[in-house]
Amino acid sequence: MNSTLEMSVTDCHAASVPDYTPVPELRKLQLKRLQAVVMRGWQQVKLFRARMDERRLTPEDVGSLEDIAKLPFTVKSDLRDTYPFGLFASPMKDVVRLHVSSGTTGKPIVVAYTKEDVDVWTSVLVRCLAGCGLHRGDIIQVAYGYGLFTGGLGAHYGAEGLGATVVPTSGGHADRQIMLMKDFGVTAICCTPTYFLHLIDRAAELGVDMKELPLRAGVFGAEPWTESMRQHIEKMSSIEAFDIYGLSEIIGPGVGCECRRHEGLHIFEDHFYPEIVDPASGEPLPDGTEGELVLTTLSKQAMPMIRYRTRDITMILPGRCECGRTLRRIGRIGRRSDDMLIIRGVNVFPSQVESALLQIEGTLPHYQILLTRVQGLDQMEVQVEVTPQMFNDKIGALQGLHERLQGALDRVLGIRVRVALVEAYSIERSEGKAKRVIDRRTS
Amino acid sequence: MKIQQISLFAENKPGHIAAPARLLAQEGIDIRSLYLADTQQYGILRMIVSEWEKAATILEAHGFVVKVTEVLAVEVPDRPGGLADVLSALDGTGINIEYMYAFPYMCRGQAILIFRFADPDAAIERLQTAGINLLASDELLKQ
Repeated sequence: MNSTLEMSVTDCHAASVPDYTPVPELRKLQLKRLQAVVMRGWQQVKLFRARMDERRLTPEDVGSLEDIAKLPFTVKSDLRDTYPFGLFASPMKDVVRLHVSSGTTGKPIVVAYTKEDVDVWTSVLVRCLAGCGLHRGDIIQVAYGYGLFTGGLGAHYGAEGLGATVVPTSGGHADRQIMLMKDFGVTAICCTPTYFLHLIDRAAELGVDMKELPLRAGVFGAEPWTESMRQHIEKMSSIEAFDIYGLSEIIGPGVGCECRRHEGLHIFEDHFYPEIVDPASGEPLPDGTEGELVLTTLSKQAMPMIRYRTRDITMILPGRCECGRTLRRIGRIGRRSDDMLIIRGVNVFPSQVESALLQIEGTLPHYQILLTRVQGLDQMEVQVEVTPQMFNDKIGALQGLHERLQGALDRVLGIRVRVALVEAYSIERSEGKAKRVIDRRTS
Repeated sequence: MKIQQISLFAENKPGHIAAPARLLAQEGIDIRSLYLADTQQYGILRMIVSEWEKAATILEAHGFVVKVTEVLAVEVPDRPGGLADVLSALDGTGINIEYMYAFPYMCRGQAILIFRFADPDAAIERLQTAGINLLASDELLKQ
């Protein structure tokens, strides 16, 4: 009797209702919100006003959703140039939270939230987690870093909002993460995919079989990861792995998330308006064409972002998802226009290296890309840690492995790279985003 | 008759052999033989130690990638032609030697060679039939 009651309560979370808004109604809502956010930016944000003036535009020029293409872009350097509070559209007394982006390059960026913004953020995360099949009664371990990074607190509020039990472990302390996961009977985890790979490895070393644990779902984001990495994770841990997308500039995690069909990530379009543009020209591209994702926050109060260039390369998937959601989907983000490395004039993405390594051993060893310049010529070395599965005590077998890795990388990248087999644990482990590339080239 | 040998992956860099050696020393484990097979970039350190299980556990706990392989310790008469006689016992059997190296101690005036065979059971049978003595682990370790 209890179980039927549970079913009716948990099947569809009330917060998920907007996921199924009929399309015409959704477009109407988007237009209304777009007009409001443009007005807000125009009235409150000096930089946006100046850019609108340059183009002789006023908020009245937005009469349809297509008119969004007339509006100026916002780029990451705008956030740096106006550091710390230059893009705020709310007075500080209405701002209840500040987050600071990790700023892998250069100065950090600051993002602000009003109470309403935090509520929207929580609601989209509830919708993400509900879409992953999670509900009240689940025990969710949040192993994203808590603090200035949006991952930890974002997922925390979402999981609590869902009514789940939250274990806020934050990042780090792998042994303790594994102990709590086992002792508490954790059913889902939120963290970066590379950190979860690290937990899988560590659990094996501690003699804990992840496949035996109640853990059934992982919601992984904050860095690009591949379909083959998903297969590896699911095989090693018997969980269902979901891709979640977000970025601090827009709101944090929860801009989009996979549903259980795993055919792209639904964008919570009632709050975030997606466009795909040509990364070079900025021209809008049709659905089904790969380009740079541009997002507009439709309801953000403290820091609206209008046509924010995410640098993430993906496409809007044509057609409707079979899950019934009316929300459009984007393809998995495998790469960022920022991640692209140019080696001797050839474009190389770290994700290509990953897929080559996976082809060989069927597992993903820890690896790092080291770039140097010798006599004006770029050199790329891929360091691969030798795992117990790969190790063989015959030199010939190791040389064979070395050659197979070399061959796969040459084929996938189309340039000659050096492969180095290195000792286990000699590459630094990430507690957050993996640092895959070390660039020692000095220009 | 089979001897447990421990193999480690090591990068070919200064100090990379010292770390495992130090770990084993701390635990009072005696390295009875050590052989390094190397390429320019990396090597495989093969060791026969006094307590192989303990050694493997300690090394793994310190993050080394360890493989335990079974090898044979073969007595070879210390005279010209001694090795040739042993090897000729394997002629025509199809038994493949994957690698071999000399054990640094003598036993009863005989030299000892360590062999890794693709099929150690077949090798044991063949060598014993030919009257060649194989050392058990306790005999080898007391040398």
